[in-house]
Amino acid sequence: MLFVQNIVSWSILLLIVSGAFTAVLNAKAAKYLSTIVIALVGVMNIFLLKYFLGGGESFTYSMGHYGAPAGNELRSGALEAAVSIVFCFVMLFSLIGGRKHIEEDVKGKKQNLYYISSIFLLCSMLALVNTNDLFTAYVFVEINTITACGIILAKEGRQALAASTRYLIMSLVGSGMFLIGICIMYGATGHLLMEPIREYVLTNIEPGSREMLPVQVSMALFAVGMALKSALWPFHSWLPEAHSSATASSSALLSGLVLKAYIFVLIKIIYRVLGIEVLSGNPIFDILLVFGAAAMIMGSVNAIREKDLKRMLAYSSVGQIGYIYLGIGMGSAIGIYAAAIQILVHAATKAMLFIASGGIMDVSGGSKKFKDIEGAGKRDPFAGAAFIVGSFSMIGIPFFAGFVTKYTLVSAATQLAGWRMYLAFIAIIVSTLLTAIYYLMAIAKLFGGENNSKRPEGFKFNIGYVAAIIIFIIANIVIGLNTDWLINLVDLGFSMFA
Amino acid sequence: MNKKFNKLYNILCVIFALIFIAAMIITVSALPNIGDATNPTNNEVSEKYLTDSSWETGSLNAVSGMILDYRAFDTLGESHVLFVATVAVFILLRRDEDSRKDLPTRCLNQSYEQAYDPILAKSLEFLIPAIFVFGIYVIANGHLSPGGGFSGGAIIGAAFILYLNAYGLESIERFCNSRTYLICSCCALLFYGLAKSYVFYVGANHLHSIIPVLADGSILASGLILPLNIAVGVVVSNTVYALYIMFRRGGFSR
Repeated sequence: MLFVQNIVSWSILLLIVSGAFTAVLNAKAAKYLSTIVIALVGVMNIFLLKYFLGGGESFTYSMGHYGAPAGNELRSGALEAAVSIVFCFVMLFSLIGGRKHIEEDVKGKKQNLYYISSIFLLCSMLALVNTNDLFTAYVFVEINTITACGIILAKEGRQALAASTRYLIMSLVGSGMFLIGICIMYGATGHLLMEPIREYVLTNIEPGSREMLPVQVSMALFAVGMALKSALWPFHSWLPEAHSSATASSSALLSGLVLKAYIFVLIKIIYRVLGIEVLSGNPIFDILLVFGAAAMIMGSVNAIREKDLKRMLAYSSVGQIGYIYLGIGMGSAIGIYAAAIQILVHAATKAMLFIASGGIMDVSGGSKKFKDIEGAGKRDPFAGAAFIVGSFSMIGIPFFAGFVTKYTLVSAATQLAGWRMYLAFIAIIVSTLLTAIYYLMAIAKLFGGENNSKRPEGFKFNIGYVAAIIIFIIANIVIGLNTDWLINLVDLGFSMFA
Repeated sequence: MNKKFNKLYNILCVIFALIFIAAMIITVSALPNIGDATNPTNNEVSEKYLTDSSWETGSLNAVSGMILDYRAFDTLGESHVLFVATVAVFILLRRDEDSRKDLPTRCLNQSYEQAYDPILAKSLEFLIPAIFVFGIYVIANGHLSPGGGFSGGAIIGAAFILYLNAYGLESIERFCNSRTYLICSCCALLFYGLAKSYVFYVGANHLHSIIPVLADGSILASGLILPLNIAVGVVVSNTVYALYIMFRRGGFSR
C-alpha cells in the first residue's frame, strides 16, 4: 500500500477526531480549528487526485487487519477524489463567506456547536463518497441527516424550527427506506460490501427468477430513499423552506453539497452494487428519467412564481437536481458523465449564489423579498457580479461552468432512442428557457431601480465574504474554460469506478 | 374544501400503506428461507465471525468482536451518531442566560421539580450502587459474555436519571454537569478515534500492531476491545443522561 493511499481514510478520521475535540473549545478556537482542518483535508485530497492523474489505479482500503468480505472497506478512484476536493473547498469557502452571518445568526455558545456540526457534515459526506460498504453508508447517512438538521436549527426562530422538523421527518423516511433496502439486500445475497453483492447476484441469481424480486425491490427502495433525501420532484416539499430559512452558510452547504452526497450514493448503488448488466432493461432508469425531466420543469416553474430571492434559489436547486437525475436515467456512459459533472458544477455555483444572497440581505435591511432588494447589486457589487456569473452558469452560457453540463447532457440525449430522446430534449430546452427567465428577472431586480445605490451607513465589506465570492467566481470561469479537462477527468473516474 | 381534501388524503395514505405492506410481504416471502443451509447469509463471512473471532480478536463474545474489531469503522461512526445527536439537541434546546430571562417564571419555578421522596431516596441508597456495579460489570465483561459498551452504558445512564429524580439536581450536579459531560465524552471519543486510526493504519498497511491480543479468556484477553467498550459505555451513558436533562430542563444547570 502506497503512502498516498492512506489519505482516503485519514481525511475521514481527521475530521472525526477534530469534530469530537471541537466540543471542548470556545467559539473562536472552534472557528480556526474547523477552517484549518477542512483546508488540510482538501489539500490532502488534491495529492490523492494527483496520484490518480499520474496513472494510479483505483484501490480498496481495508479498515483494520481483516479485509473483504469480513471487514469494512473504503474505495477510492479519480472521481471520488475529485468529488471530495470539491466538497472540501466548497465547504471551506461557504463557511468563510458566511462567517459574518454565522456570528450574527447563531447565538453565543451555540457557535462551536455549529462548527462541530459542519465538521461532522463534511466527514459524513466524504465517508459516503468513499465507502465501499452499504451499512457504513447507512451509518454516515444518519450523521449527515442529524448534522444537516443541526445547521438549519442554528438560526433560531419559528421558521427555521418548522423547516427543520419537516426536513427531519422527510429525511428519516428516506433513511428508513434505505435501511429496509439494505436488510432485504443482505437477506438475498448475504453480503454488505458492494463488490461481493454484485458477484453473488451475477453468479447465483438468474435474471427473471423469483429470487431476483428482492434484489429489484431493494433497488427501488434505495432509489426512493435517496430521491427523498436529495429532493427529487415530487419529494421536494421540504427543500424550499429548509434552504431559505437557514443562515447563508447553511443554505450554501445544504443546497450545494448535502443533496449531492446522497445522489453519489445512488450512483454507486446503480453502477457498483448491482451493475449495469443486472439492471439492463430495468424500468428504474426510465422512472428516474421521467421524474428528472419533471423536476427540471416543475422546479423552474415554481422558481418563476417566487417573490423571495432565497426561495427562488432553493426551487432552482430542485430544477438542477432534475438535471442530475435526467443524466442518471439515460442509463448510458455519457449520461452518467453529465450527471457527475452537474454534481461538481452545481456545488460550486449554487453555494456561491447562496453566499451572495447573504450579502444582498445585508445591504437590503435583512430582507430577501424581491421588492426590498431592488438595486442591491449596485450596493454590493460583489454579490451583483456573483449573481451574473452564477446565473450565466445556471443558464448554460458558454465559458461558464454550467455550459459543460448542458453540453454533455445534450450530446447524451442525441444517443437516446424514441420517446426518451424527445422527452430529454423537451425538458432541457424548456427548463433552460425558464431558468433564463427567472435568473434574468432576478438580475434585473438587483440592478434595477433608481437612486438606490447608497449603502447603509457604517457598512463595511467583510474580507472573508469578498474573498469567498471572488474565489467562487474564478472557479466558475475556470471550469467553464476547461471543458475538455473536466470531461476527461470524469471519464477517467468512471473507467475505474465499477 | 380543505376538510374534504384532508379526508381524501387520509384515505389515500391508508391505501398507500396497505400497498406498501403487501409489496413488503411478497418480497419477504421471496427471500431465501431462514435456517436453510443454502441460505446466502450462511456464507464464509458469518462462519469466519463465529470460528475465528475468539482467537483473532480475543473476544469470546462474537458480537463484540464483530462490532469493535471486524466492522469497527461502522461502530466508530455509530458512537459519533450519538454524539452529534446530543449536539443537535443542544442547538435546539440550549438557552443562554440572557434568553432565559425572557421565559415566564413558572418555567423556572422549583415547584415543578419533584418533591423529595424519603421512600425512594432510602431504597435507592441500596439500589443505585448495585445498578452502577452491574453496568460496569456488563461493560467490562463485554468481550467475555453477552453485553458490551452499548448495553452497559444504557444501564449506567438510567442509573444517573434515577439518581437525579431521587436526590434532585443540586446533588447530581456535584459530579455530573455540562463540564464533566463535555470532558468525558470528548476524551472517550478522542481515545476511540485515535486508537482506531492506529488500528486502521497498521491493518491497511499490513504492519505489525503493538497491541497484544492474548486470547486466553481473561479480562485483558482482547487487546483494544475492553478499552473501546469502556469508551463506548462512557459515550452512551453520557448521551442518555444528556438527552434526558436537555428535554427536561433545557440545560444542565439551573
